This record gives sequence, C-alpha cells and structure tokens, in this order.
Amino acid sequence: MSKDTQTNQVIVYTTPTCHFCNAVKEFLTEKKVDYKEINVQADAQAADDMIRKSGQMGVPVIDIDDQIVIGFNKPKLEELLASV
Amino acid sequence: MYDLVIIGAGPAGMTAGVYAARKKLKTLMLSRDIGGQAAWSSDIENYLGFSVITGADLTAKFEHHLERFKDDVELRIVPVGVGSIKQDGKHFVVTADGKHVSARAVIITGGKVPRKLGLKNEDTYLNRGVTYCAWCDGPIFAGKEVAIIGGGNAALDAAINISKLVKHLYVVNITPELTADPVMIDKVHELHNARVLNNTEVVALEGGKYLTGIEVLDKEKGTHKVLSVAGVFVEVGSIPATDYLKGFVKLNHAGEIIVDKYNMTSVDGVFAAGDITDVIEKQVIVAAGEGAKAAIQASQFLSRSRD
Repeated sequence: MSKDTQTNQVIVYTTPTCHFCNAVKEFLTEKKVDYKEINVQADAQAADDMIRKSGQMGVPVIDIDDQIVIGFNKPKLEELLASV
Repeated sequence: MYDLVIIGAGPAGMTAGVYAARKKLKTLMLSRDIGGQAAWSSDIENYLGFSVITGADLTAKFEHHLERFKDDVELRIVPVGVGSIKQDGKHFVVTADGKHVSARAVIITGGKVPRKLGLKNEDTYLNRGVTYCAWCDGPIFAGKEVAIIGGGNAALDAAINISKLVKHLYVVNITPELTADPVMIDKVHELHNARVLNNTEVVALEGGKYLTGIEVLDKEKGTHKVLSVAGVFVEVGSIPATDYLKGFVKLNHAGEIIVDKYNMTSVDGVFAAGDITDVIEKQVIVAAGEGAKAAIQASQFLSRSRD
C-alpha cells in the first residue's frame, strides 16, 4: 500500500472552537500523516455523517480506515495508525 | 516503580512535571486530557510573559516545554481517568483505566470538573445532546434549538456565543434572577432568538438514543412543560475532581483537598496542587506555582525517605 493511499484514509471531524481538534491535527502533522479535515459547523451533512459513524455528537472524531476514535486518544491513534 | 506519579496535566501538573524532571525523578503523569480547565479558557491576560494568550495556545506552550523532558517524564493519557490511590507499605498504587502503577510519592493536580445537573439519565445523553463545554461542542448544534442551563457569567457567555449559530435558545435558570454581570444580562436580553426562563429547574431529559427535549418545572407556578431541544449546555459551575479520593485524603466542605504549606495532604508522601486544593485563588499562574512547590516538596520527601 502506498503512503498516499494510506493518508487518504484519515478524516478528522472538527469544529473551529475545539482545542482537542487542533491537538489531533498537530499530532497527525507531527507523525507526517495526511488527513482530510471536515468542519462540521459548516457542513450539516458531514455533521450527520459524524454522528452516525461515532454514535455521539462530541468532536474531534477521527476516522482511520473506517475505525472511529472519539476525542484526542493518543495511544489509540498511534495503535490504529501503526496498523493501517 | 516510579519515584513520582502526577495526576492531571493542567498548569499545576505540567509545571510539577518540569520541576520533577529537573530533579531527575522517574515520573509518570496520568491525565484524562492536556491542559485541564485552562485549555478551555478563552483569553488569558494575567499570565506573565504573555499580555494576551488563549488557553489553548498557553497549553500548547506548556506541553512543548514539558516534552523537552520526556526522557524523565512519561505522559500517559487515561481516557477514563484515575480510579483510586491506595497506600501499600511505603509506596502508593495508583489505578487508572484498570491498570496499576506504583510510586513512592504522588502529586494530585486533577483540577475541577463541570458540575452536573444530577439527573438520572444525564450520563446516557453525554455527547448525545448533553454537553458541558459550549465553547467546544456548540458548533455541532448549528441551526438547531438548544437550552443553556445556568444563570451566571459562564452560562450567559455561552448563550451569547451560541446564539449566533443556533435557531433558538432557552436560558434555563433555577434562581429568580440571572446572577451574571449586568452587562452580560443586557446582551442576552438583546438577543432576538433567546428566551430566559427564570425560577425554572430542569427535572428530566427526554429522547431516544439522542436527546430531543427537557422537562422543566416553573418553580413559581408549580407547572411542568417540555421544551423541544436537541442540545443542552450545562453551565452550572464546577466541582473538584475528588470523588475517588474520599476516605483517602482529607477534603474540606467543598470537596477540595486540604494541603499544608508544603503542599502535603493528610497522607505523608501524597501532595496536591492547583484548583483541586483548598488554596483560595483559582488562577493559572497560581496553579503553576503550586505545582512547582509540590514537586520541590515531593523531591525533598523522596530524599528524606531514602535515608
């Protein structure tokens, strides 16, 4: 699997006011993982997608290859990123 | 076996971490998050060296500072949090997320957590309509009907900010009048999409998987009604995160840990710092200083106990 293919699989659902969303983005940048950020405040459909995928309404939500992490759970993110 | 376990990674915990590292103590920090309450503060204007800085930015600077010492201080995020501390002979066993760690000294800096409403299904609806951080979770309710619970500055600050996003909001306030600063009250009364319900108590949360409404009691008339809302922002103050410490260290009437001038709790070798303690001033700069004091004293305690 190429790196590009891997990196396209990471989606971060955020809001502009969420500190831990920034922390997740910084963490992914440090790890040199490309990700797609979706601001759920600006996109109601994406907000619904996030709620459906995660079963809850808090941000950040990180979708790594269809595996969902709620909140800035660094160990879980490291584990999932290592296995992608 | 660690020399020191620090519980919490807010200003007190992270400062304690830096001081512990400089004392070359083998240290583990256990925290549910980074930054604690400070991370959620908007503009901080009284932390020396920064005329204005957001809580998030100050937290990031603290974290980067602490990272310089990562060889001595291990920071472990524990999403469920610390469940217990027990004394076992000359050391302490700290249990977090089901795992046990042992240390010769402990510094507790767990800060405060939002006060809950105390309703029976409140935890069920956490992040399914109920939130304790309007600042972070507000945007998800764009275009929807919501309620803010509380009547103080935090509640009205949330109302003013969220009103720009939501379709309509209620401010549900249990006391006869709003208790926020008059300037905030004026701003809320000027909002075109907000309605203030004074003397009103939330008595039940309603919905299926997600919240769909709240039942409120008009305490003056004695009448109940249901407000259809998708989100409830609870802004009724905060309490020290000391539930798991009852019976282990002495707490005051407010649930804060009682510390002496050495930041020692009622248990030898267990120290505390920051907003979780009975130190009166709840400020970032005070918490940081208290964290430094606690780490210095913990280091001296460890030196003494080695003798």
